[in-house]
Amino acid sequence: MSHLTVDRPGLSTTVQDLGRRGLQRYGVPVSGALDPLALRLANALVGNPAGTAALEILALGPTLTVEAESVRVALVGSAVGLMIDGHPVPSGQSVTVLRGARISVGGFTDAASAILAIEGGFELASCMGSLSTYGRGGFGGFAGRALKPGDAVALAKAAATTAPERKAEPIDYGSGPIRVVLGPQDDWFEPAAIERFFAEPYIVTAEADRMGMRLEGARLAHARGFNIVSDGIAPGHIQVPGTGQPIVLLADRQTVGGYPKIGAVIGADLPRLGRMRPGDMLRFARIEVAEAEAVRRAQETTFAALVQRIGPVIVVPTTEQLLAVNLIDGVVAA
Amino acid sequence: MTLPRFLAAGDAALVVEYGEVIDPVLIAAVQRLDRRLAAAHVPGVIETVPSFRSLMVHYDPLATSQAQVIAAIQGLEADDPTAASEPGRAWRLPVCYEAGFAPDLADVAAATGLAPEAVTAAHAGNGFTVAVVGFLPGCPFLAALPDNFNLPRRTAPRTRVPAGSVAVAQKLSVIYPTESPGGWHLIGNCPVPLFDARWDRPALLAPADRIRFQPIDAEEHGRILAAARAGDYDPRRDCVDGAAT
Repeated sequence: MSHLTVDRPGLSTTVQDLGRRGLQRYGVPVSGALDPLALRLANALVGNPAGTAALEILALGPTLTVEAESVRVALVGSAVGLMIDGHPVPSGQSVTVLRGARISVGGFTDAASAILAIEGGFELASCMGSLSTYGRGGFGGFAGRALKPGDAVALAKAAATTAPERKAEPIDYGSGPIRVVLGPQDDWFEPAAIERFFAEPYIVTAEADRMGMRLEGARLAHARGFNIVSDGIAPGHIQVPGTGQPIVLLADRQTVGGYPKIGAVIGADLPRLGRMRPGDMLRFARIEVAEAEAVRRAQETTFAALVQRIGPVIVVPTTEQLLAVNLIDGVVAA
Repeated sequence: MTLPRFLAAGDAALVVEYGEVIDPVLIAAVQRLDRRLAAAHVPGVIETVPSFRSLMVHYDPLATSQAQVIAAIQGLEADDPTAASEPGRAWRLPVCYEAGFAPDLADVAAATGLAPEAVTAAHAGNGFTVAVVGFLPGCPFLAALPDNFNLPRRTAPRTRVPAGSVAVAQKLSVIYPTESPGGWHLIGNCPVPLFDARWDRPALLAPADRIRFQPIDAEEHGRILAAARAGDYDPRRDCVDGAAT
């Protein structure tokens, strides 16, 4: 069986796809990649369908040994890039690595998460229709948890295809304030609190994980208390508990909750938000649903064009590289 | 029944809200809408999450829009409050109410003004409806107990509530499927597994199911738990109308 062996797991490396749908009515969270655009682009680079499960890496990446004839991989989401047996390979392009070589991703601070996609994906059992890991529930992905040293993650393919290596331009995540649609409990807040929410900056605190991100900034005063009768939670919902400090709910969010939700971050801005790290500052801006829908469609059009522009990696080898081509451990093309 | 409010929940979900309180009439209205919407197979709708007083409709904003989803809901056949009033499955779940599983029984007795045995009898004799499954995967919130069970949560939540704990607060009862932190009052334990990712439907109980509890002694509880842990207990046997799959 072909696999990747985990030498060092990194801070928290999990298998994620685009999430587990249809089971929220049974309390099963959606999960999936914090940055779905990175997942989709990384999969496109290695020739996979967009929703193929890949490794999501938080802050510090793993070191993996290739136990297969060869494997094609691509890192997207951080500019940190890959090291293949010590040779750097830039982010945003595929590379094929031979048996015995080590793939590693170092620490990075330009995003909270990055995606390492593998051509063909993993040979893992689907759990309730998805390969996404839900760590709190202990299910999905690889053994329901983040990778550990010594894990052997089975690969679906024994060898990479002979397709040429490909590269992509960076993803445009957008800029400016994070846009929020008010509701459903915006009427549980003082009008002045809504104004402050859109006027004041917020800082991402250290309490940020795949479930949610606690923010610190202007305190939001409730008009009617902070215990609602629990109702459904949507992606990017911003709940405000008694502290008056907002919590944005991310991929591993619970399905229902009992704190008032002032609004929800729009889908087009969720990948950008999911990339933010403790200490990052953000501002919110109000947007209406119809406009948010138009922004999302425009983002999809832009992203589709980015995928269309994926092209071959053109390598002009130096004489030294030509002479050493069979000596460089594992690197076929970089 | 007043018409529901449509409230935004970002650009990929929508709330259809019938009220702001826990009320069996609202729970039933939410569940009727859930069934009517499921039967209509509205394009772009991915899934729905019924809760006490509202239905959350998750949709694909690239396949539809909030306006289209609202129009589809408004275009459903008129709500008939008398239709299919008992659509879920009926269950009789074993619960051991003995002291070892009921550390908060005395507190609940004091708060409700009932004798401890009367608390247990009221709980075991009550007909519940599953209003919500959430908080934890497979965790059922059961409505509703009589008014004297309108208890606040514990002031000091427990960091570890054992799996299977049967608890009460706010006129509701809950069964913790797995060990977790929790702030409700523990009055018993149900040894039946409630969640298993390998099942076709991973949660034993679904919104709109009807639940009654069957008191069992600690010995019987131990037998069921041992069988469940060994994989020899099929919880579908507790479905009394035979509809479980």
